[in-house]
Amino acid sequence: MARADQTPGMRPKHTLGRQLDVAARHAFPAVSTVVLMLLAETPLGFANQATLLPAITLACIYFWSLFRPAAMPPPIVFLIGLLLDLLGYLPLGVGVLTLLTAHGLVVRWRQVLTRQSFLAVWLVFVGFSAGAAALSWALTALLSFRLLSPGPALFQAVLTVALYPALAVLCVRAHRTVADPDQA
Amino acid sequence: MVGDIGVWKAPRTRQALAKLTLPVLIGASFGLMLLGKADALLAEHARMALGDAVAPIYAVLAKPLGAVRDHLLDATGMWDVHAENLKLHEENEQLRRWQSIALALDAENQRLKANLHWIPDNPPSFVTARVVADAGGVYARAVLLSVGPNHGVRKGEIALDERGLVGRVTEVGVRTARVLLLTDLNSRIPVILQNSRAHAILTGNNGPRPRLIYWAEGSPPQEGERVVTSSEAGAFPADLPVGTVHYTAANVPEVVPAAMLDRLEIVRIFDYGLSGLVAPDTQGRLTERRGR
Repeated sequence: MARADQTPGMRPKHTLGRQLDVAARHAFPAVSTVVLMLLAETPLGFANQATLLPAITLACIYFWSLFRPAAMPPPIVFLIGLLLDLLGYLPLGVGVLTLLTAHGLVVRWRQVLTRQSFLAVWLVFVGFSAGAAALSWALTALLSFRLLSPGPALFQAVLTVALYPALAVLCVRAHRTVADPDQA
Repeated sequence: MVGDIGVWKAPRTRQALAKLTLPVLIGASFGLMLLGKADALLAEHARMALGDAVAPIYAVLAKPLGAVRDHLLDATGMWDVHAENLKLHEENEQLRRWQSIALALDAENQRLKANLHWIPDNPPSFVTARVVADAGGVYARAVLLSVGPNHGVRKGEIALDERGLVGRVTEVGVRTARVLLLTDLNSRIPVILQNSRAHAILTGNNGPRPRLIYWAEGSPPQEGERVVTSSEAGAFPADLPVGTVHYTAANVPEVVPAAMLDRLEIVRIFDYGLSGLVAPDTQGRLTERRGR
């Protein structure tokens, strides 16, 4: 409403088709994240494939919380975290807490972060993936009452960092085209 | 419309509520952890329901993905066709020699059994199932099988691939079953070292090679020794191939699994009619509190 008053020009009518289009664009970040998560679980036949799931999920949550927080609100992050726990066989709540913490920190720092270059955003993400891997490692160990080897957590952090640029390229393209509600 | 435009127009109460969502949800995630700890079967049922829901999607995806994988393998395989061929010739020769030995031994075995009036074991019934998804996680090793409705697969049945032991069925859904691999942290398998016939326990550590523990003091596992299952405790039939002993460090005998655990495509689930031990549940629960 407010924006409509400020910018002159012709405006499309609020038809049902257009509303559906806008809704689809709003849903794109969450839906694409879930689809990527499901794809990560197909047996692709390489070792340590299970690490792909938390890596992809964290990268998607980080990107969309940073650049389109309206389409990635906390309840959606909660549901995606629950899916991560169920698909990734983590103790219930571990993925949820990890993702919500990451989401909260990203939203708090987004004023500063969105103005930085891609490299700076990626470097900050290194901290996020290390923190997320450490948090889920510690919580899993705590909830299953046993000391786990830190190797998988380290590998998870490294894989998450390495995957981010590839996912970010796709997400940036989507962010500017199919996921942009202003283009509806 | 929700979104950036809506936020600064929203009244103060709505803004305050929006700020409360995240702390409330973080609190809920702690509640979820407690719930998962209090009722471990809840998570298991939710997982099997989810597995049942997504298994058809994976079954549809399996074909194109398999084609892509085969093409990739073909492309990489072209490079070393010659070396591979030589290796195969050599291996073939060796296998022929072994085949003649095996046939002779088999004939001898039949003769001896006939002389001893040996009562043969009942041949086990089995179903063959396709691995549709990796049902493990960063801290768990398992696969999800698509077994179709009315499958008759039960908890505790034994999964083998064409080379050896894969693991045990731990959870059964309507059209899927989850197999805990022998490399999982919660896997404990009674085994026998084939040369010395000494007993040991094979424990998973989430790594590619599970470790041998509790082997007898006088007969340490030898490098390259074959390891087979033991029928002790009634959880496994005797003499299923598990793998070979390999030392990566002194006094740490590990087993290289015979089964190709990182690229499972099709496994057979055998019903040996054993009910000695129910397979351990996920997440460190080793005792069964409620029957399914």
